Amino acid sequence: MTQITRDDVLHLAQLSSLQLDEAEIDGLQMDISNILGYVEQLSKLDTDGVEPTYQVTGLKNIWRDDKVIDYGVSREELLHRAPESVDNQVKVPKVL
Amino acid sequence: MTNISEIKDQIKDTSARQVVEKAIKMAKDKSEYNAILNLTEERALIRADKVDSGLIGGKLAGVPFVAKDNFLAFGAPTTAASKMLENFDAPLQATSVEKLEAEGAICIGKANLDAFAHGGSTENSAFGPTKNAVDMEKVAGGSSGGSAVATALDIVPFALGTDTGGSIRQPASFNGVVGIKPTYGTVSRYGVVAMASSTDTIGVLANNIADVELVMEIMSGQDVRDMTTLPDFFKVQDKPKSNQKIGIISDFMTDGVDIEIRDKVNEYVDKLRADGHTVEEVSLSMIEYALAIYYIIVPAEISSNLARFDGIRYGHRANSVKTLAELYGKTRDQGFMTENKRRIMIGSYVLSSGFFDAYYLKAQKARTLLINEFNELFKTYDALIGPVAPTTAFKIGENITDPVKMYLNDIMTVPASLVGLPAISVPAGYNKSGMPIGLQIIGPMRSDASLLSLAKSEETKQWINQ
Repeated sequence: MTQITRDDVLHLAQLSSLQLDEAEIDGLQMDISNILGYVEQLSKLDTDGVEPTYQVTGLKNIWRDDKVIDYGVSREELLHRAPESVDNQVKVPKVL
Repeated sequence: MTNISEIKDQIKDTSARQVVEKAIKMAKDKSEYNAILNLTEERALIRADKVDSGLIGGKLAGVPFVAKDNFLAFGAPTTAASKMLENFDAPLQATSVEKLEAEGAICIGKANLDAFAHGGSTENSAFGPTKNAVDMEKVAGGSSGGSAVATALDIVPFALGTDTGGSIRQPASFNGVVGIKPTYGTVSRYGVVAMASSTDTIGVLANNIADVELVMEIMSGQDVRDMTTLPDFFKVQDKPKSNQKIGIISDFMTDGVDIEIRDKVNEYVDKLRADGHTVEEVSLSMIEYALAIYYIIVPAEISSNLARFDGIRYGHRANSVKTLAELYGKTRDQGFMTENKRRIMIGSYVLSSGFFDAYYLKAQKARTLLINEFNELFKTYDALIGPVAPTTAFKIGENITDPVKMYLNDIMTVPASLVGLPAISVPAGYNKSGMPIGLQIIGPMRSDASLLSLAKSEETKQWINQ
């Protein structure tokens, strides 16, 4: 059975952009190990030569005209929902 | 229990305003159930007045409903029961809500759920669990727990829910109401917070089948804003096909399922037989793998869909951070519940290079085998029948500390989700302690109306009035 270490949890948290609280790490380590332990039963199943299914109704490549649809929502209304904005733009902390 | 036609009579006899005011008062009186997170009172009353003055009409003119709080709707925040979206004011409405409003329906509030619909008990809500409509010590089921309880308490005659792996069917069964998870692609998901895009569906919970049919007829149909919607096909059937061939899923009738639940399923089977249908035992060898497939594919899709919650454009943003990476990390830590984090991290794991083939690809191949088995059975059978969940509603707190135990409750609802099949949950009676028992009918793709018609013919006054 897959053993998930504390380092694995921290790595997964980093991949998931989650800066976990110290108190939550141990619990998640156990839960993730248990869940992966459960789903591992699939390895018993023979799937050689089977095609995967990603979409169940068979629809694919549904196209529409490349035209702007007016949803009736203005730039101001959307900017108003950003936690911080300035000069008609969303404000974020510096990247580097 | 109240149904839509009774509500329409009440509106005729009094006014839409009085009916809507009554529903809102009841929602307030029953607030200890925590079924509704925010009322849309002001907007609801304005719309009710417009119904009364003839400005708004339609098949549901003045009929109140609640929407699960992952549907974007005007009049209250759309929180998805999370801190992430606690104050999120939707700039537009879900297609399903718009279609109901176009027929005059009045949304009176937003129902509680497990945050981002991750869960089967509504205990993962950032705003506290919803209490079961029959026993307040018990869970509402989930994730559409608030929708089920608001319907069962007669606050509203119907409620909108979403079902990704059982989130309409299981709470419907735990509270004694009807619920439908339609064929994948029947109802537009535009304007609904995405969870797992390959299984997410929109459906309805109500007190009887006729109301489910009416609401489904209004909501279903192709939408250019959701490219996965199927060409229109849902059409209410007057009468079910006679002499149907129905399979009872024997894999779901084992000792792992409460005996009282199995008894009620068998009683229903007897009724079906008495009405001229043939019922035979069937078995699906892939069904034992369905839950494992589900808890690989769904977290993978969740980790991808929930990447959008980054604290930049809308929703919660963490304070006093110095870098962008810190902003993402802290915002997401504060905005998500533990169950959200678990699923996102499992998703990151199964999609990582090195593990992708063994988990995600393997699960998608296994899914093909599950689909093949169902297709094979539907060459012979019109529908399949079985329980919705292995138990009736469990105690609040009983399963919350053990995620695997909690997931096992989904074992009988996830197969239809992975295959995209329509499945309905109908009340089948009560156990000795008075807890509702639900029964599930699953059909081939696009058989939604036919399943409802069959269930309607078996619906008895005894169940809906009890």
